[in-house]
Amino acid sequence: MGILEVQNVNKRFGGLQALDDVNLNVEENTVHAIIGPNGAGKSTLLNCFVGRLTPDTGTVMFDGQSLIGRKPHEINQMGVSRVFQTPEIFTDLTILENVMIPSFAKRDGAFKLSPFAAVKAESAIRDHAEDMLGQVGMLEKRHMVASAMSRGDKRRLEMAMCLAQSPKLLLLDEPTAGMARADTNATIDLLKQIADSRPITFVVIEHDMHVVFSLADRISVLAQGHVIVEDHPSNIKGNPKVREAYLGDAHE
Amino acid sequence: MFGSKISDTTTLILFVIVVALIPLLAAPLGAGYPALMQFFAIFGILAIGFNILFGLTGYLSFGHAAFLGVGSYSAVWMFKLLSMNVIPALILSILIAGVFALIIGFVSLRRSGIYFSILTLAFAQMSYKLAYSVLTPITNGETGLQLALDDPRILDSARTSGQLPTPNLFGLDMNATRVVDVLGLEVQLNFGYFFSAAFLVLAFWIAMRIFRSPFGLMLKAVKTNQNRLNYTGVNTRPYTLAAFVISGMYAGLAGGLLACMDPLAGAERMVWTASGEIVLMTILGGAGTLLGPIIGATVIKFAEAKLSKFNEGVVHGWFDFLPDGLADVLTWVVAKFVGDGWHLTLGLVFMLVVTFLPGGLVEGARRIGGYLGRRGQKEDLEQLGSNVQGGKTTAAE
Ligand SMILES: Nc1ncnc2c1ncn2[C@@H]1O[C@H](COP(=O)(O)OP(=O)(O)O)[C@@H](O)[C@H]1O
Ligand SMILES: [Mg+2]
Repeated sequence: MGILEVQNVNKRFGGLQALDDVNLNVEENTVHAIIGPNGAGKSTLLNCFVGRLTPDTGTVMFDGQSLIGRKPHEINQMGVSRVFQTPEIFTDLTILENVMIPSFAKRDGAFKLSPFAAVKAESAIRDHAEDMLGQVGMLEKRHMVASAMSRGDKRRLEMAMCLAQSPKLLLLDEPTAGMARADTNATIDLLKQIADSRPITFVVIEHDMHVVFSLADRISVLAQGHVIVEDHPSNIKGNPKVREAYLGDAHE
Repeated sequence: MFGSKISDTTTLILFVIVVALIPLLAAPLGAGYPALMQFFAIFGILAIGFNILFGLTGYLSFGHAAFLGVGSYSAVWMFKLLSMNVIPALILSILIAGVFALIIGFVSLRRSGIYFSILTLAFAQMSYKLAYSVLTPITNGETGLQLALDDPRILDSARTSGQLPTPNLFGLDMNATRVVDVLGLEVQLNFGYFFSAAFLVLAFWIAMRIFRSPFGLMLKAVKTNQNRLNYTGVNTRPYTLAAFVISGMYAGLAGGLLACMDPLAGAERMVWTASGEIVLMTILGGAGTLLGPIIGATVIKFAEAKLSKFNEGVVHGWFDFLPDGLADVLTWVVAKFVGDGWHLTLGLVFMLVVTFLPGGLVEGARRIGGYLGRRGQKEDLEQLGSNVQGGKTTAAE
């Protein structure tokens, strides 16, 4: 049994069948990549896992529990974190505060009224956040305001924010999109190091084949809302169906 | 007082000293009379509370005057039914305003941005209209809710003749004022002011604690990226609702204190321009800062008291030294900005501040401070520069 099991998921936007009977089985502690041309429905699928969208039909089970109908914060509290296609961080706050917030959310739950506690006195939370920043190589910058960072750094920060919660499942939507080659390679190394150092499952959406083949244990290919192939990376490259989907994309 | 290097304890001590010295500081400006000084303290409390909602979460309520009015009505009812002691009156003010805020907040916070503002505005206008119509048995309509000699006041000894009783704290009268002479300056020490000022200090201290708490950090996170916060496992609704209720209770306290200083309550306290004034105070002083809202409230109340008193005759006096024609023209122009027209001045100043000093007067003070102490800041900048460089190396690895 996989940690994430998706069965017969359909999602329509008006006349567009964005997801067409999608099935997916993600094994625990693996890296599962979802690839496919632009507009294939990859982000839509991810949105169905985190409570942003509700599938029209079908089931999404995480760790034996259904995710359908749950709110984003509930799904996160169950152990699912998400990195967005464009980094979503708290731009007005410092980098350290950015990582302390998810740490608080993990420890205190979805809501805690603590108007007289002092953030300063929370040394365990701060140490933990600094540890996470150290792991993504951003410790020296912790007192900088987050808006002043490069896009690559924002992505690293978002990763540290997610890691601070020790999620069971981390969802990444195109983590290297728009990055220079050097940054992309750094991200690959970081993801590998994270995957090797703790029990964690990744679902990675990726456009960059280099990234996919460096990381993935298993790959699902999505085209026009449908999973056309799910296989081991070595079998994907030569698959004629995959070539067709991508060639079609290139002709556009 | 505006730098980040000063500790909270120091800020609080300085704040207490300034607040205690207001009667002395305001006297030379002609602002040292009880009614105005009480306004400084009470509207300061109102603005601090509003800032906990608006400054931290970014939710702009346009209906906070409703809570002010509710607080005043509650206090006067307590004076009528129970006792002229201000303590039960203030407790009821805070509680009832809190309940109102819970209901209004629960509904309004289902929307954000402009829709939230409109909802709060609609609720406040509804309260205002209801006070004039259906609720007249409670609010006494246009006359306003007043004390009467034959009110029950079950805890106080009966009084059937003579003057109306006055609000007091265990016998200490809110109106009690002692005039002392300081170097030829007439300084008025009014008990009502010091009583309100004590609450101002308490309100400031609580706000400071909230700003520095994990709860406050979550509220700031709501302002900068509520979406991210939801996907970080935080249920933002109870956070915003808690901020709304706390800030409503601050407004209720302010309304209660207004009634303690002058025991009558009218619906005009809830009209939408009163809500707008709270917004102006907070933004003028500096939303999201600890001291800004208090400074904004003081400046606006001071300007209102001063500017609205000038009339054409006074203005003409200023230009007497000029040739007659010119003096007349200048008087005609300037007179539009004083007296009843003082709101024009307020509007103009507000526009200038929002355009050139988006952080409000506090940012202005900070800039002046930065200009004066530039040498000290240069080092900070250099440090920041090396940080950024350090960042580049790591990113390129
Ligand atoms: N909220 C939405 N409303 C309408 N159409 C949408 C919405 N989200 C995505 N789509 C459409 O669904 C299709 C799949 O989009 P998406 O999942 O973002 O693709 P991908 O991430 O694979 O590039 C696209 O044609 C897109 O225009
Ligand atoms: Mg996408």
